[in-house]
Amino acid sequence: MADKKFEPLIVGILCNWCSYAGADLAGTSRFKYPENIKIIRVMCSGRVDPLFVIKAFKEGADGVLVSGCHPGDCHYIDGNIKAMRRETLLSKLLEDLGIEKERFKLTWVSASEGEKFVEIVEEMTNTLRELGPLNLEGGEKIV
Amino acid sequence: MAENIGVYVCHCGSNIAAVVDCEKIAQAASEWDNVVIARDYKYMCSDPGQNLIKKDIEEYGLTRVVVASCSPRMHEPTFRKTLEEAGLNGYLLEMANIREHCSWVSKDKEAATEKAIALTRGAVRRVVLHQPIKEREVPVNKATLVVGGGIAGIQAALQIANAGYPVYLVEKKPSIGGHMAQFDKTFPTLDCAACILTPKMVDVDRNQNIKLFTCSEVVEVDGYVGNFKVKVRKKPRYVDEEACTGCGDCESACVMKNRIPSEFEVGLGKRSAVYIPFPQAVPLKAAVDEENCLYLKKGKCKQSCVDACQREAIDFEQREEIVELEVGAIILATGFEIFDPSVGPQWGYGIYDNVITGLQFERITNASGPTGGKVLLKDGSEPKKVAILHCIGSRDENYNKYCSRVCCMSSVKFAHLVKEKTDAEVYEFYIDMRTFGKQYEEFYNRVQEEGVHFIRGKGAEVTEIGGELTVRAEDSLLGVYREIPVDLVILNTALVPCSDSEKVSQIFGVSRAESGFFLESHIKLDPISTTNQGIYLAGCCQSPKDIPDTVAQGSAAAAGALAAIATGKVTTSPISASVNEDICSGCKTCLNMCAYKAITFDENKKVAEINEAVCKGCGTCAATCPSGAITNSHFTTEQIFAQIEGVCENG
Repeated sequence: MADKKFEPLIVGILCNWCSYAGADLAGTSRFKYPENIKIIRVMCSGRVDPLFVIKAFKEGADGVLVSGCHPGDCHYIDGNIKAMRRETLLSKLLEDLGIEKERFKLTWVSASEGEKFVEIVEEMTNTLRELGPLNLEGGEKIV
Repeated sequence: MAENIGVYVCHCGSNIAAVVDCEKIAQAASEWDNVVIARDYKYMCSDPGQNLIKKDIEEYGLTRVVVASCSPRMHEPTFRKTLEEAGLNGYLLEMANIREHCSWVSKDKEAATEKAIALTRGAVRRVVLHQPIKEREVPVNKATLVVGGGIAGIQAALQIANAGYPVYLVEKKPSIGGHMAQFDKTFPTLDCAACILTPKMVDVDRNQNIKLFTCSEVVEVDGYVGNFKVKVRKKPRYVDEEACTGCGDCESACVMKNRIPSEFEVGLGKRSAVYIPFPQAVPLKAAVDEENCLYLKKGKCKQSCVDACQREAIDFEQREEIVELEVGAIILATGFEIFDPSVGPQWGYGIYDNVITGLQFERITNASGPTGGKVLLKDGSEPKKVAILHCIGSRDENYNKYCSRVCCMSSVKFAHLVKEKTDAEVYEFYIDMRTFGKQYEEFYNRVQEEGVHFIRGKGAEVTEIGGELTVRAEDSLLGVYREIPVDLVILNTALVPCSDSEKVSQIFGVSRAESGFFLESHIKLDPISTTNQGIYLAGCCQSPKDIPDTVAQGSAAAAGALAAIATGKVTTSPISASVNEDICSGCKTCLNMCAYKAITFDENKKVAEINEAVCKGCGTCAATCPSGAITNSHFTTEQIFAQIEGVCENG
């Protein structure tokens, strides 16, 4: 196992109307992307409690992607703007906890942007492959 | 909290099974806590697949069900119904999306199977915490709003009005009719557009159930399916619609007569500042163009229109009005715009006089158009050689990737009309001929026999060589480069989304596709609904389409609206938020979070209160509450935590 390449675990928390649908479109378009991301659906990116992100890291995620509708296109008017406001504080908090900023990402992917979703996932996966496992305890993470 | 969970892994034929080892998922699932039965099956959504679940619910006393298959956006309603039929609440279901999010996007079978197991485990962990929820039924207002008075909107409005229900038809221009009113003959039967359209326009005007708003735009939409509140801005026409008889005396008297390019004639004809858009306009009433009326613009004009009008209909005191409407359903039929070919200088549009667009040709060949239907060059002479260029701005990486669907057929129609009216040679430059509709291929064959030259190759450049207009193209069938001198070039331009489509999408809360056209619920199975329940699409605002498809979609959208009107009620998502009064600290943080003003503060109890009828269930308040007093049903923190644990767990 020792020489097995590190594969990061990414938890994706996606809004139902835009980003989850965008990820569905990536599927119906048969675009391929790394298997590392596991997607969880919420109705709106505004539902994403900072605790969801922290919980994912606690459970062993090496990265968390939160994605919603583009600003102005939110199915619930402006839930995504609320998500964006929270991101600022959350990012600082995560850095203080020793979680590198590359591990948490907030993006906007519309229902028609399957290709963009794939690009985001590929980029994040590659970044995290280079960054290595999240090391919260200060010890070696067993892969 | 012991539950009896059934896990069902779908092969989806080979869609899932070819990449993911379904049997292995079922096997893994069978060992998880609370799982009493785990199966894999070829098609879970089929009747036998659904019966399998129903039988197990009875036999094993299942209390929760997990289906690992396609996206819940596809089949969640299907499986919820399955559970309901077996006596379980539909919300005791959770789906794991192992097709769109796994098998279809993965290459590595082993990794994909591991991922599918993780997703399924997340679903199993989550479903344990699901609670039964009752769906909400809301009453439906029987009136419908149709936005856009082109053929799509006209068809939808008439369909609903003829069923006996009220319709508000809102059109931003002074007349309904849309682009179709500008067309000459229509393919493949060559009946004139006006002859088939204007009777319908008149029907709209006469129909007691239709209230028509012209010069009007929707500025605000509030509420939800069955109960929308709409604000319409009715711009002043400066003509009393009751008094105006459409005689046109004002038009002739206007000092700006024949000085303003006519929109209807696509700039080929001129109009006055007070004008009737076209002879068959509905309503047949004059309108004053604010931008160009000297009196309205500069306050200085002898107002000869006022003197000319015997009915004293001209009214410069008219002001903008906001009209509030209540409707149960909304049909968007806002149409399209024509691609502006002047953005590509290679096509010579705006550079050479005799390079025109397809829509301009429609006007030229139309008997009521600027040349009285004669195909003439700018100098008034008859063309001897005519080039028709397909795909201008369509199927082009630089502009729009999509095919505009109608241009091949309208190009063939143009060729026929040129042949019929002149002795000119006609050259069509095409990439592929797409004559897909009923009687379309036959029409194409007929025009081929008329001696039109079809050149397979995109018209790459329109230029002047030795003072002669010339089309450059590669003839890809002969493999030769050609330069063909012509004296008229018709650019058959793409159909593009309206320039205000972004604004419109935001007002109505509908999404747009990559192309900018409005996004349907499902591209194949539900091309008329949007993700905003109760709002439907008809015609080219969804994607470019020909008249038969536009009419069909107009009727289909009407049927969608009528279904809710006929039953008088619709089922809406019961997902909402609620406050636990015992925990709420009364900090009011949540109040500003709600975009729908569903949260109020009870000053007596000092706690927040959520009006469930107004709440849309986004959960933003729940994410914000510092005390954790707000629960977002079906998306509770505990449920999502459990799902996170499930997908993160190893092995």
